Amino acid sequence: MNTNSNTYTIVYATVVVIIVAVLLALVSQVLGPRQQANVQLDQQKQILGALKQDISNCDDPAALYFSLVKDTLDVNGHPVYVAVIDDEPKFVLKLKGAGLWGGIGGYLALDKDLNTIYGANFNHESETPGLGALIVELPFRQQFEGKHIRNAQGEVVSVAVLKAGTQAEGQEQVDALSGATITSTGVSDMLKANLAEYAEFLNVKRCCGHCKGQCEGKCDHQHEGCEHHHEGEACQEHCHHHDAQEITNE
Amino acid sequence: MALSQKTKETLLGPLNANNPVVVQVLGICSALAVTVQLKPALVMGVAVTIIVAMSNVIISLLRNTIPMRIRIIVQLVVVAALVTLVSEVLKAFAYDVAMQLSVYIGLIITNCILMGRLEAFAMTNKVWDSFLDGLGNGLGYAAILIIVAFFRELFGAGTLLGFRVIPESWYVANGGFYENCGMMMMPAMALIIVGGIIWAHRAINKEEK
Repeated sequence: MNTNSNTYTIVYATVVVIIVAVLLALVSQVLGPRQQANVQLDQQKQILGALKQDISNCDDPAALYFSLVKDTLDVNGHPVYVAVIDDEPKFVLKLKGAGLWGGIGGYLALDKDLNTIYGANFNHESETPGLGALIVELPFRQQFEGKHIRNAQGEVVSVAVLKAGTQAEGQEQVDALSGATITSTGVSDMLKANLAEYAEFLNVKRCCGHCKGQCEGKCDHQHEGCEHHHEGEACQEHCHHHDAQEITNE
Repeated sequence: MALSQKTKETLLGPLNANNPVVVQVLGICSALAVTVQLKPALVMGVAVTIIVAMSNVIISLLRNTIPMRIRIIVQLVVVAALVTLVSEVLKAFAYDVAMQLSVYIGLIITNCILMGRLEAFAMTNKVWDSFLDGLGNGLGYAAILIIVAFFRELFGAGTLLGFRVIPESWYVANGGFYENCGMMMMPAMALIIVGGIIWAHRAINKEEK
């Protein structure tokens, strides 16, 4: 047979492409659910990381996840995962930004005051191993714990990632990674930008967690340990703290 | 099973005297990118070995039917299909590794070793020989990757396959005298190590040239 004729070439190419296309479509269909599950499990593990759960020896991270994370709120398309740890609600915000070589992301867990950082977890697509990639490691992440994302006036100002020796103005800071300036700046910018995206969730007028049962009308007085008191302001409809407490009681 | 002289040459030649990386200087790009740690280098080596061997077999099977004018395209389609398969399987069964290797699995398609072997060997040789040739070249590539990754992980992070080799107490941070070599983390260092391997390889094989 003349394998160099035009007809043969066209038919051959068509057949090869169709066979390959069918094969790949089949494989994609068969493996799809497994891949989806992997992606979801990966996200759950990252959220557990932000909630300071050690999952290195955990057989079933998904079960742990569902035992802690009770609810997912939606803030303009950005998810807020509501978790309960030691009867205290924690709010996990999703972060997305840009590093040096590719995207970076992460999860930031806040205490119920929506100010103190409970834990942070970061991931990256392709930061330099040993330098920028260190943002996923504990020493860097642990720096964030206990930092405050608000200034003295209660405004959300984020936490700066700065090299040691420099001083942030009006916000708290953690040490940047040496040799990974652009990745560190990326984390800093990501926190700032994403916290701004969550402004509606973070800055909504709401009464404190102590108000449970008193939220029906107005906050009448400032409770002990309450940082955000809005005297006389209606708070019922946005009381996220309240939500989480109800969840705790379930 | 005793291997004939020719079989031996086909299979073992690419491991040393005709190594695709250090003699033919192919596949350097991915050799720089995935060799920071041993584990991704191992997976990459295995993936490339499987893909070269399989695509060699397929192209060798088809070699008498492929129209000459579109042979490169047919080779590419076969390689691309296999690479996509491997990538999908990794995502389903070894998600962590798939994320670590990220784009480099996909970029196996552009690895010169594959096209080189298909064009130079599989198009003109029998199926079994082509399989051995693919296996040999894949392993030759994997061997270099593993050597480079060994040095980079050992001196760059003080670990091998994630296990600590250089004790924590040696480090300056813990009052010791030792510090990791940051250069090892950079792709440039991989090139220098590959250069070193080529140097050593040439020096040892001088007589044969």
